[in-house]
Amino acid sequence: MPTFHITVCAGIVPDPLQTLEPIQGATPTLKNEMMLPAVLDPWAAHALYEAANLAAKFPGSKLWLVSAAPKAKLQQVMMNVAQKASFELVPVDAPAGGFTDAHAIAAVLAEAIQSLPGLDRSRLLLFGGWESASRGAGVTLQLVGEQLGILDQFQGVDQLTVRDDGSLGILERIEGGRHLVSICEGPPALLGWATGNLPEPKNNPQIGMANMRTIMPALQKAKPAVLAQNGIRYLSVAPPKQQRQTRIVKGRSPEEIAAELAEWILQD
Amino acid sequence: MPEKILFLAHVDESGIALPKVAYETLDAAIQVATQFGGVLTIGLIGEDVQAVANSIAAAGTRILAVSGPDFAYPRHASDAAAIEAICKVAAPEIVIAPATSRFLRIMPGVAFRRKAKADTHLTSLEMIDGKLTARRWFYRQRIEGVIQRDARPWFLLMDAGCGQAWAGTPAVARATIESIPVAIPAQAKRTTFAGIRQPKSEAQTIRPDAKLLFVAGAGWTKKQSDGNTHVPEAEASILEFLRTSGASLGGSKSLVDQSGENQAVLRFMTHLNQVGQTGSTPRHPKGLSTCCHGEEPHVVGWRFINERRAINLDPNCGWARGKADVLYVADAFQVIAKLNASLAERAAARTEECTTIR
Repeated sequence: MPTFHITVCAGIVPDPLQTLEPIQGATPTLKNEMMLPAVLDPWAAHALYEAANLAAKFPGSKLWLVSAAPKAKLQQVMMNVAQKASFELVPVDAPAGGFTDAHAIAAVLAEAIQSLPGLDRSRLLLFGGWESASRGAGVTLQLVGEQLGILDQFQGVDQLTVRDDGSLGILERIEGGRHLVSICEGPPALLGWATGNLPEPKNNPQIGMANMRTIMPALQKAKPAVLAQNGIRYLSVAPPKQQRQTRIVKGRSPEEIAAELAEWILQD
Repeated sequence: MPEKILFLAHVDESGIALPKVAYETLDAAIQVATQFGGVLTIGLIGEDVQAVANSIAAAGTRILAVSGPDFAYPRHASDAAAIEAICKVAAPEIVIAPATSRFLRIMPGVAFRRKAKADTHLTSLEMIDGKLTARRWFYRQRIEGVIQRDARPWFLLMDAGCGQAWAGTPAVARATIESIPVAIPAQAKRTTFAGIRQPKSEAQTIRPDAKLLFVAGAGWTKKQSDGNTHVPEAEASILEFLRTSGASLGGSKSLVDQSGENQAVLRFMTHLNQVGQTGSTPRHPKGLSTCCHGEEPHVVGWRFINERRAINLDPNCGWARGKADVLYVADAFQVIAKLNASLAERAAARTEECTTIR
């Protein structure tokens, strides 16, 4: 039975329900960014759940969660995430916003992964979200993979199956709501996850307690990283201003509404 | 010295054309080259690129290509090697490519190999103060940024539906292609293509080219006024609507998540249909939302839907607060049933009219 060394790269993002107001600067930030409630980046969170599931199926596998984020915010997020799955946290104290440069974050993450004690690169599965909910670029994970020399990379992954011969069956999202099916001989491989197939695990306080024993010391020892801006200039950052004048139609029969909608749908 | 601009594209699944977004991106690349006074080169990959080279030869530029059976299907290692080889020959300062799934998988990695920087999901390119400037969205379409980079090479991936497609006429003569030989080593062949899988749906419900996006929210599976759920009726009604209107189906997160929570579900609804913060941001001219409250995490997925209408029983739902053009306060079950009948009637009338004309 194969065993895997799974490394999940995951950042943190503001809770989707929060209002975001950018502040212009050399590197823009969000107003009250440190005060906004944060969550683990949603697609990266799916990657973590898939990784935990895989590690549980193949005993002897190891799971690391590598995260570059301000450590005070990361600690808050971990209070919840630590109850979802067993993992070893590898924190890097760094700005986590969407306006930081992906190339700089990737360099920091790659360095952290390369220095993981006991990591067997021949068994490495590098997981993460295929895009973040902050930059939403799908760049960081690929750059980490390149720096680690991983040639087999998959993005928008919804399913990973370990076949009897140890090879990996992978479904990646492509255009038109379809999946590209690929067979990879085995690790090392990079998988940028989309939603996957697993629901969010229920909170398990026992797993949380066990995780926090290693998470808190790791957070205390997290090294601060200085990120290069790599010559990117933000000329402006602004939320869209468009507010529609909504016409509210009440008290009309379904027939009348259907007739109006049919006209609207069919007009060019 | 004029900057060298490389436009990259791959052959689509038909084997004889480029993806639609590639023609849009080609138009953007030509405009950048014109405004910049740059020299444009085209780079193509695919099993056989002659037909697509002919189709865009009228752009009047040098065409480089990597072709052969190893490049017939998407695979990171071989695609990245092909693009890297083209970049070595073209030595561009600016690389412009369409944001297809095939290219999104490889371009940032190739940029790293070329000591370049990459930006993706760009919605426009323009010149500001004589410098190439790109627009893109941050925080899932909630903040728009305008960016420039000093770094060269700069890889730029353009999103679909953001510009006009290049409308040059295909060349009558055979286009001249400079072929670049690329040998793929064994370690780059560890992954093999095993096919394309259609969604497990009773019908193909995701149609990127549809004029209408139809979004179903969790309300379709909740108890109705008679105190019971009517999921089979909801399924039939929605599928019938998709058939008669030709719409693409989207779903709210709360609805698609139900399948993982053992609740009543619409069987054809998957995470691929999900629109919003953690789903897709499709581009359709019109959108109709049903049984969905229009909360911000969902509505950010509607950023590129031009005309928006919604049906909801709650007149104070999110759609009413400036997020839709029209909100119908009504029961979506009843309205969609009537709408299906109306659309079917109109389709029958059109068929009869055509038959009479013939």
